[in-house]
Amino acid sequence: MNFFDLRWDIVWNYRDLFLRGIWVTVSLTICGYLGGLILGILLGLGKTSKSKWIYWPSKIYVDLFRGTPMLVQILIIHLAVIPSIFGQSYGYMVSGIAALILNSAAYVAEIIRAGIQSIDKGQMEAARSLGLTHSKAMVKVILPQAFRRMIPPLGNEFIALLKDSSLVTVIAANDILYASKVVVGAYQRFWEPYLVAAALYLILTYIVTKLVAYIEKRFSNHYNPRKRRSRKLDHPQNNDEGRTAV
Amino acid sequence: MIKIKNLHKSFGNLEVLKGIDYEVQEKEVVCVIGPSGSGKSTFLRCINLLEEMTDGEIYIDDVKVNDPKTNINEIRTEVGMVFQQFNLFPHMTVIENITMAPIQVRKMAKKDAEKLALELLDKVGLREKAYNYPDQLSGGQQQRVAIARALAMKPKIMLFDEPTSALDPEMVKEVLDVMKQLAEEGMTMVIVTHEMGFAREVADRVIFMDGGYIVEEGHPEEVFGHTQNERTKAFLGKVL
Repeated sequence: MNFFDLRWDIVWNYRDLFLRGIWVTVSLTICGYLGGLILGILLGLGKTSKSKWIYWPSKIYVDLFRGTPMLVQILIIHLAVIPSIFGQSYGYMVSGIAALILNSAAYVAEIIRAGIQSIDKGQMEAARSLGLTHSKAMVKVILPQAFRRMIPPLGNEFIALLKDSSLVTVIAANDILYASKVVVGAYQRFWEPYLVAAALYLILTYIVTKLVAYIEKRFSNHYNPRKRRSRKLDHPQNNDEGRTAV
Repeated sequence: MIKIKNLHKSFGNLEVLKGIDYEVQEKEVVCVIGPSGSGKSTFLRCINLLEEMTDGEIYIDDVKVNDPKTNINEIRTEVGMVFQQFNLFPHMTVIENITMAPIQVRKMAKKDAEKLALELLDKVGLREKAYNYPDQLSGGQQQRVAIARALAMKPKIMLFDEPTSALDPEMVKEVLDVMKQLAEEGMTMVIVTHEMGFAREVADRVIFMDGGYIVEEGHPEEVFGHTQNERTKAFLGKVL
């Protein structure tokens, strides 16, 4: 094939399929991520627990889902787990979201655990010495600090999940990659459809990268929406008005 | 006010405290001195159960601290602690650092807690820093905020774990001055310190610890002035 002889019109003809693919990929990723976040926070806290009845199940779960390929997990969940439990399949969306939740929870759990354990022990001691209970110290002192450190790796996890969501094409989910494969099948041309798929994923991950950078900035101590433009001029010794209004 | 009986503490096979008996009276200022590794900090941390003791008993106001029935959180509200590394909460402003525990634990109204915090900041001379974050403060200022934070719970006892050891030399005095003022106001204080001049001037009693024991205990003039103990003499010879 002549490299310069690309025919983008064949992709354009299938634009509806690609638009639907973007929609499927984004909704799969967001649902899987949010579910994974909730489950992952519980597992991450579980991995910092002193009780072996909480620690070991959390650890085994994380090891299991981090130690096996996501592709295998998707196939097992779609073809074995869901039909066995419910007696029928509920389609790629349910299986896909379930697989993404269960998989990302394991990675999120590790981020949460590492974030909590990265906070200096003195912080917990100071909070406890003031009479706070362990859980109150966790909520008021440890987690807010740990959360800030977790933002970049949680953003990475979102990007990784967005890309890994392409694996659901194996259970016939019509995501971005699926649209490309349809075009490939129709025209027997490989460059255009797969390049378009790559470009679409790239655009999506780029948007997420920007979003994470913004969130990171937003949660820093020194963010002040009222004085955003003059932030660089702030002398550390100065009070900025935004904060003094209590 | 604090009664310590036969206190033992081991970390694994390492026995750090080998039987400490001591009593701190109300309004007394006790300075604990001794070489590093002698168990001074561990001794202090056992008093509010930041370290779990291996054996022995501690009573604060005749309440047994290491009793499973005792609510340790309640005890800790009465015992303020100041750390070597300050341990301010970096995600909160100075005033939030101070008001957090009164609001969360004492259920004080936010307004009252802030009024109290500003009074305490006046006391440590940092009112103008109320709305700054800890990382915008010098070490000495951070430690004074940490003292204010502990005082906000209106504790009966204050514990200081080497409060000036992490400070640049020129900032030591501002922290010691605040502590001196507290002592003059009649606060009961136990201070682990390497500031011998401060201990001699402010302490009512001085404890010299070495190897997990209290080697010598007495009025600062006795200990610093004319000790008969060879180990105390050797230690003071090196640091004075």
